[in-house]
Amino acid sequence: MFGKRLSRLDSLSFTMEPTVAPTLFFDTSDTFMTTATPTKTKYEAIIGLETHCQLSTETKIFSCSSTQFGADPNTNIDPVCMGLPGTLPVLNEKVLEYAVKAGLALNCTIAPYSKFDRKQYFYPDLPKNYQISQYDLPIAQQGWLEIEIVDADGNPVRKKIGITRLHMEEDAGKLVHGGSVGGASRNETRLSGSTYSLVDYNRAGVPLVEIVSEPDMRSGQEAAEYAQEVRRIVRYLGVSDGNMQEGSLRCDVNISVRLVGAEKFGTKVEIKNMNSFSAIQKAIDYEIERQVEAVESGERIIQETRLWDESSQRTISMRTKEGSSDYRYFPEPDLGPIEVSKAQLTTWQAELPELPAQKRHRYENDLGLSAYDARVLTDDRSIAEYFEATVTAGASPKLAANWIMGDISAYLNKEKLNITDIALTPDSLAAMIKLIESDMISNAAGKELLPELLTKGGSAEEIAKAKGLIQVSDPSVIEEAIEKVLAAHPSELEKYRGGKKNLLGFFVGKVMKETGGRANPKLTNQLLQKKLDG
Amino acid sequence: MGMIDREQVRKVAHLARLELTPEEEERFTTQLSGILEYFEQLNELDTSQVEPTARAIDVSNVTRPDQLDSCEDRELILESAPDREANATGQFFKVPQIIGGGE
Repeated sequence: MFGKRLSRLDSLSFTMEPTVAPTLFFDTSDTFMTTATPTKTKYEAIIGLETHCQLSTETKIFSCSSTQFGADPNTNIDPVCMGLPGTLPVLNEKVLEYAVKAGLALNCTIAPYSKFDRKQYFYPDLPKNYQISQYDLPIAQQGWLEIEIVDADGNPVRKKIGITRLHMEEDAGKLVHGGSVGGASRNETRLSGSTYSLVDYNRAGVPLVEIVSEPDMRSGQEAAEYAQEVRRIVRYLGVSDGNMQEGSLRCDVNISVRLVGAEKFGTKVEIKNMNSFSAIQKAIDYEIERQVEAVESGERIIQETRLWDESSQRTISMRTKEGSSDYRYFPEPDLGPIEVSKAQLTTWQAELPELPAQKRHRYENDLGLSAYDARVLTDDRSIAEYFEATVTAGASPKLAANWIMGDISAYLNKEKLNITDIALTPDSLAAMIKLIESDMISNAAGKELLPELLTKGGSAEEIAKAKGLIQVSDPSVIEEAIEKVLAAHPSELEKYRGGKKNLLGFFVGKVMKETGGRANPKLTNQLLQKKLDG
Repeated sequence: MGMIDREQVRKVAHLARLELTPEEEERFTTQLSGILEYFEQLNELDTSQVEPTARAIDVSNVTRPDQLDSCEDRELILESAPDREANATGQFFKVPQIIGGGE
């Protein structure tokens, strides 16, 4: 017997083959395959994602250089991240904290004993010719997250996606071929005919977590939703900015197709180079189509890596995939193991915020919001917290949701602001909503107040008073206006009483005009009706 | 018959990006087998009750605070590279172009 820790190196399989028989394909895949042709519904896609997420630390994973994006080439380098002889890497404590928190948020088991390993491959983006990663004892394993897709009828369709593992590792540098700048793929820019490459190691040693999913997804939409949920979670935790354009969040897709009901998986293909969630969805949908056509026409699918090409909207073959054994992982001798204590784990667990899926459930079940509203409001933590503060201050959840998702979001988008940048506080928004709910001001008056509240803040009621927007709800004032209007329009009154009931709107309009738009519309309607019919 | 054959030596050489002559392959096959046989002696010990470990010193959780410290040696690091190039965007390490093989 050669204990657990090292012998697992041999048995661990790094392919995406699941450990349990797949049973999920009846759940939701029908919903997303309605547009497929009858032949293709015979097939199902098996999709798993590997997501690299840059952690928001000040410094690199094993050294004290900055992780700042966009710095001049090779300014954030040091002897450790460059792998110079005699240097010793030391783990950044924030990296461990962030990785554990991400693991907890993904419902993973946190390893009581974890270690780093060396992954060997030759490529100039690695200054050491190996990458420090984690192999057989990752910091977190066996978790799940829940995705929620709103179907055509507005109903939420939920599905749990398994998380195989989450591990810590260092990022590689960036190659600039022949001195060209700008991007073909993430790691490199190409200039044909050049005989050399330029390397920028600013990103070498930037901390990452790699999150590997189970092959539980069945469509491009599910995969894109999974990736978005990962991003929401790491953003809620504050452990990553999740910025896809800057490469803080990168997804590689593993995908195969097989006949529905078949037990064996088809040959797996890896897709890289997707810079947006919609690109993930499109690349997968394209690849499903391509693989099904290949199978139908009797072609063999090659295990390979393909790149998503945004301009042609196709996946293009990149190279055949090397077997994982070629990486010759072995325990990193320069770094000690990690043993997260129970006490430390409890502390970090207690620091987790309410997560997006929990908020969605609560908004739908306790606050009575639609699945759509819940999803939009919880997408960004600061918006969700603003909404909750508004509700806590006494606003009706539905009205608060409407204002935040409507006029306020429109303003934020237009001005490119965050909700935390505006002068309107949740308390003040709640006060305004309460004015509307109690008929003190009309909804239209609320919209009129908003610009000032957004830019200058202040009390909604005071501004409404100053602008003369407080509704007139005194019956005698409204009745007086009604008398005036009726006296001024005798012929319309005659027509109305002769049966042209749709003139009611005309009279309402006139009364509103008479009161400067301030008459309580509900009361005006009631009183007018009585006068006209009486 | 040694513990390692010539095919394995070729594979290891390829992984290490080493080019070996047929004579070297022959020689290393013998030498590597010899080394492995020497290590085989360790199997005389019964380790079934011993917890495996990857290191000799029993320390764990060695971490450092997330504190920025700028490195003074940047120029020295660039200068120690076999080749470098400066252009309008800044200072780079210069390497022969590699086709494929990346991760």
